[in-house]
Amino acid sequence: MVTSFGSGAMTNSIKEIGDCACILAIGTNTSEAHPVIALEIPKAVNKGGKLIVVNPREIRLTRWADIWLRQTPGSDVALLNGMAKVIIDEGLYDKEFIEARCENFEAFKESLKSFDLDFAEKMSGVPKDKIVEAARVYATTKPAAILYTMGITQHTHGTDNVMAIANLAMLTGNIGKPSSGVNPLRGQNNVQGACDMGGLPNVYTGYQNVAVPEVKQKFETAWGAKLSEKPGLTVTEMIDAIHDGRIKAMYIIGENPPLSEADATHALAALRKLDFLVVQDIFSTETTVEADVVLPAVTFAEKDGTFTNTERRVQRVRKAVETPGDARVDWWITSQLAKHMGAKGFDFQSAEEIMTEINKLTPSYAGITYPRLEKGGIQWPCPNTEHPGTPILHTTQFSRGKGKFMPISYRPPAELPDAEYPLILTTGRGLYQYHTGTMTRKVKGLNSLQGEGTVEINPTDAERLGIKDGEMVTIASRRGSITAKAQVTKVNPVGVVYMNFHFGESAVNILTNPAYDPVAKIPEFKVCAVKIEKIGEPVKVG
Amino acid sequence: MADINLTIDGKQAQVKPGQTVLDAVKAVGVYIPTLCFHPDLAPYGACRLCIVEIEKMRGLPTACTTPASEGMVVKTNTEQIQQFRRGVLELILTEHPHPCLTCWRRKRCGPFDVCLRNVEVTHRCILCPKNEICELQEVVDHIGIKEVEFPYTYREIPIDRDNPFFERDYNLCIVCGRCVRVCQEIRQASAIAWTYRGSQTLPGTAFGRPLRDSDCQYCGACVDACPTGALIERARKYEGPGDHKVLTTCPYCGVGCQLNLTIKSGKIIESVPAHNNEVNRGQACVKGRFAITDVVHSPQRLTKPLVKKNGKFEEASWDEALDLVASKLGSFKKDEVAVIASAKCTNEDNYVTQKFTRVVFGHNNIDHCARL
Ligand code: SF4
Ligand code: SF4
Ligand code: FES
Repeated sequence: MVTSFGSGAMTNSIKEIGDCACILAIGTNTSEAHPVIALEIPKAVNKGGKLIVVNPREIRLTRWADIWLRQTPGSDVALLNGMAKVIIDEGLYDKEFIEARCENFEAFKESLKSFDLDFAEKMSGVPKDKIVEAARVYATTKPAAILYTMGITQHTHGTDNVMAIANLAMLTGNIGKPSSGVNPLRGQNNVQGACDMGGLPNVYTGYQNVAVPEVKQKFETAWGAKLSEKPGLTVTEMIDAIHDGRIKAMYIIGENPPLSEADATHALAALRKLDFLVVQDIFSTETTVEADVVLPAVTFAEKDGTFTNTERRVQRVRKAVETPGDARVDWWITSQLAKHMGAKGFDFQSAEEIMTEINKLTPSYAGITYPRLEKGGIQWPCPNTEHPGTPILHTTQFSRGKGKFMPISYRPPAELPDAEYPLILTTGRGLYQYHTGTMTRKVKGLNSLQGEGTVEINPTDAERLGIKDGEMVTIASRRGSITAKAQVTKVNPVGVVYMNFHFGESAVNILTNPAYDPVAKIPEFKVCAVKIEKIGEPVKVG
Repeated sequence: MADINLTIDGKQAQVKPGQTVLDAVKAVGVYIPTLCFHPDLAPYGACRLCIVEIEKMRGLPTACTTPASEGMVVKTNTEQIQQFRRGVLELILTEHPHPCLTCWRRKRCGPFDVCLRNVEVTHRCILCPKNEICELQEVVDHIGIKEVEFPYTYREIPIDRDNPFFERDYNLCIVCGRCVRVCQEIRQASAIAWTYRGSQTLPGTAFGRPLRDSDCQYCGACVDACPTGALIERARKYEGPGDHKVLTTCPYCGVGCQLNLTIKSGKIIESVPAHNNEVNRGQACVKGRFAITDVVHSPQRLTKPLVKKNGKFEEASWDEALDLVASKLGSFKKDEVAVIASAKCTNEDNYVTQKFTRVVFGHNNIDHCARL
């Protein structure tokens, strides 16, 4: 999205979703991952809006769908290109918008000339006429919004998927208007904020590029330190660098790579190989166990601060209760460490003081101050304290100036099923647990609703393999194998099995493929080839 | 469209087209009792407590369902209205335990006091898990009822404790329908609907099956909507109103629902979605609603810095731990160190983490697990 528009955040706001005339929900099971956003979708449908769901699984949203496209996992580009082709061939595109606001349209049009719908049908498994129907509805029912999540980004061609989505939105002029846009729904509570704050190897706060000399100069002056213009390593690259011996020590805050990284065995082996590991967290996890030093941090209820939600809205977190024992606020711990290592500029007394420094160095956060946040959240960009914030991006121009059409050709997933590993495994999150379960698995009530990892399998596959509902099975990929309880359900199409990643006992990421997208460096969680076997009759005791 | 002007008990009120007489009443700060009304739901007009007198209109219309119109002259508190409200409320109370509701000593009663009126234990307010935070108590106190003349029947329905988060005691239900409506209108779940037991209509699941076999998502919206003790969160039973509330942001997903945490004696006793915001507008999901307390107050929290010695963790002081980490991290070549920040931490935490990495090590080996 950064390539196409110049900015990678949700373009519109949550509350606009209820007024969409058309919603294209692709690769997102928002009812489980973002239940409160999911409430808005039926609202739009009840007002006569059209809903197009693109998902191989029969998710809850399909109940309200006018059109449901059940594509083969990993074939999204073929499908999206197919839709773009229909829109162009039938002249349904927004000529004025494209002329005024976009570039590279001719090249894009040219690239689709040779693309044919039979190919889209063959790759995606979705009948041609359904692709045509979806394209027509999306192009002619305005305003139309696209919602997507990890189902789109967690592929070796995730960046292609996102660009293909951006192409569709530009083609139909669905950008910069209320209830339209391209809306990636963020999973973790402050992913948006962690990115905004420069928790990335290539940018400082507000996406100011480390390689730009003026930017480097600005931060060097502000921080009184010598900085580097060379982008650093991503998590996935760090793990490889540990195996190569280039990285020897690590400081990990609140993350649990052995459960959340693709090819978890590889990640865990990396942590074990480190000479020194310090981990900061609120509970003991698969990661803290490997540490040399564990620093006890606090939960959101014991600290002041802000989170930035998926629609770029910065909201206050307020201290509600005292910290248990000797646990300390994260920024305090990191600042103390900096001081112990002789660094200057870490004398913060409060979260608000840190925000003041962020305001000074970050144009998009310049006007987001604590006194203003008392009246409610503010959406960035917010360049000064008079500015009301920005609910809709790109209203008059794109962050990069003109929106750029990107010709994309379909590439298959890095690993396809074969004779030995005949099934496609796809992963996701469930409603009742959160991320790697570090927190939510402490809640008895949630565990009683969803207390163990299961593998969902279609009845046809189950029958062929002789697997009964509730039976323990092993699931194996080229990287490892795990066991889980089988859940036989029609939710999944034939040939596709599904697991979620909250559970250490059946750590699904032991199986997943770390092959990653060359640009976004997001591993391919959504598609890998596996085989499933019965464990055999359990031994009866007594 | 122009605002609508009307007169409420002699006060001038202004509302927008489409608003109701009840909105106008609230706008001028007048209280009238309501039970079936809920700000997030379509007007229902079932309890008839919000009746008012409107000049040139016959009878006593319900304020919550009557659209405001230009020039209306409304009275909310005449003798006739009061008498009607008392009658309506008495009828509601024939099916809700009420000896304490009509007793002047209610607020002075303790759980182990001897009741002079010999009220059955199951009927006492002090033993209701929702005592002191009950809307029905408020309404009764406002209208003032000394005695209920009609006979009272206890429904004798077993309490449903079959789900992990809340209990359902339909002996206390006043059939306002707020739970059923919030589940259908807002949550689009329809886990509960009207059911019939003998001559009685009550909310419930289809065929009285357990909630886990219904479409229930355990969002808790019904619990928050219920004005009585019929639906109550298990963890906050008998806790009363708490000491104070803290407005904060949910830590469980990228939506960022605004939550009000109720604090009592330094502990969170409940987490209820907040209304006045543009994000969740009174809604949350099972995690934000029911999974906060157990996590924050978990006995498994890490509370001391731990240092591994001979393969075993030993507790250490902060000074010890920080000195050790600082000297260890300092002993490597700078580019042999990498940092992973957290998408669960605050912006302020993340700002300091990236500044730390860049300033102390002079490189950009900082990332987080956002890609996941
Ligand atoms: S918890 Fe939510 S889904 Fe379940 S019955 Fe109540 S309102 Fe309906
Ligand atoms: S259970 Fe509560 S909300 Fe539902 S109808 Fe009865 S009193 Fe009203
Ligand atoms: S509140 Fe108006 S009829 Fe119940």
